[in-house]
Amino acid sequence: MATLVTRRSLFAVAAAAAVFPHAAFALSTAQATTLVDALVGDINKVIGSGKSEAAMISDFETIFDTYADVPIIARTALGADWRRATDSQRTRFVTAFRSYVASKYGRRFREFIGGRIEVREAATVPNGVEVRAMAILQGQSPFEVSFVISDGSGRPKFINLFIEGINMITSERTEIGSMLDRRRGDIDGLISDLEAL
Amino acid sequence: MTKLLTITAVSASLFLVACSQAPEGVAIHDPYEATNRKVHEFNVGLDRAILRPASRVTAAMPMEITGPVTNFAENVALPGMMVNGVLQGDIKGFGTNSMRFVVNTIFGIGGLFDPADAIGLYEEKTDFGETLSVWGVPEGAYVELPALGPSTERDAVGELVDFFINPLGNWVHDDVKPYLPAARAADVVIARGQLGSTIDSVLYESADSYAQTRIIYLDNRRYELGTVVQDAYIDPYADPYFDPYEDQ
Repeated sequence: MATLVTRRSLFAVAAAAAVFPHAAFALSTAQATTLVDALVGDINKVIGSGKSEAAMISDFETIFDTYADVPIIARTALGADWRRATDSQRTRFVTAFRSYVASKYGRRFREFIGGRIEVREAATVPNGVEVRAMAILQGQSPFEVSFVISDGSGRPKFINLFIEGINMITSERTEIGSMLDRRRGDIDGLISDLEAL
Repeated sequence: MTKLLTITAVSASLFLVACSQAPEGVAIHDPYEATNRKVHEFNVGLDRAILRPASRVTAAMPMEITGPVTNFAENVALPGMMVNGVLQGDIKGFGTNSMRFVVNTIFGIGGLFDPADAIGLYEEKTDFGETLSVWGVPEGAYVELPALGPSTERDAVGELVDFFINPLGNWVHDDVKPYLPAARAADVVIARGQLGSTIDSVLYESADSYAQTRIIYLDNRRYELGTVVQDAYIDPYADPYFDPYEDQ
């Protein structure tokens, strides 16, 4: 199973690279892997710490801030509506999005307690370097978690993650879009809803 | 059995010709959204009333009880995967699943235990939906099926065919037969329990659980099948406003 998945994903990435032939990145796979090694080390420390849920989520927020390009992820999640947001709305949205994502994904990573994440391989993709890792949990089949690293911000940061192919950016774009629809496009309403979560 | 298989295959092919066409790997093709949303509402009601309460019971049970049920259900599903391996020309997958079936049936006491995992013979998960994909059948539109949940036109046909092509029914004693669907149903409940809070967060905490279910299913299924998802690796620094997942 594991080897088949890897082979398929590699094919998918190779094919994607062929579709976007302009990919020329300064970031090396080695640099990206170093970043993910550190990131995964920190996540493993948190899930092994035995802390309370609230304390773990606060740790995950710090990790998210350190390793991810939060503003670019937030902006991508808001999509075209970012353009009409005022500077103040943009700042407040990024802040609200940061704690929303940290708490949501923190709760998911918290389910990895007793397990660990192992970095496996890295490959160049059209928007950076994808570093693949396996989450190995007790009593469950291992599954793939992969991080997309880019130095577009000037420093290597993760800009997306995939859990068994599930794309964080697109799933959050869907969620933020639905929340905005519920508020009939009112960005201030969206921000206060995010803060309330 | 062979005749039934032929009929199923023929009607499946006829249905697939009529499949709604969309370019492979394009974000979301959901022309039946209005109907799908009604089915989704029904499915969420079903989960709330039956599946979720039942899964809380199994989640509280010790692994010594739920483990053998899951192992048994997974083992009896293997012959169907072996058939699909052959249909896909995936000899390695067929070999691994066959070895796994033999090892777990004999040394795992009819599949209640999973010694195959311990020696690295992991399940090569597959189904008829994947066989159709290997054969070049397009994904078709997104559909949400009553009780069965998210799917695509191609996978819906796959699920129907999988129901008939598992040869195990021909091999086992009549007394054992009722245990096959029972184990499958129990396995669904147990799996729901293991993924409890993750599924709860999608179904009960997201702003639009239909849209979340749809994107999560499609991403994950395309990943399993090795479908190249267009725009999955868009550079956000180049155009952060581009929306690859806009409804088609």
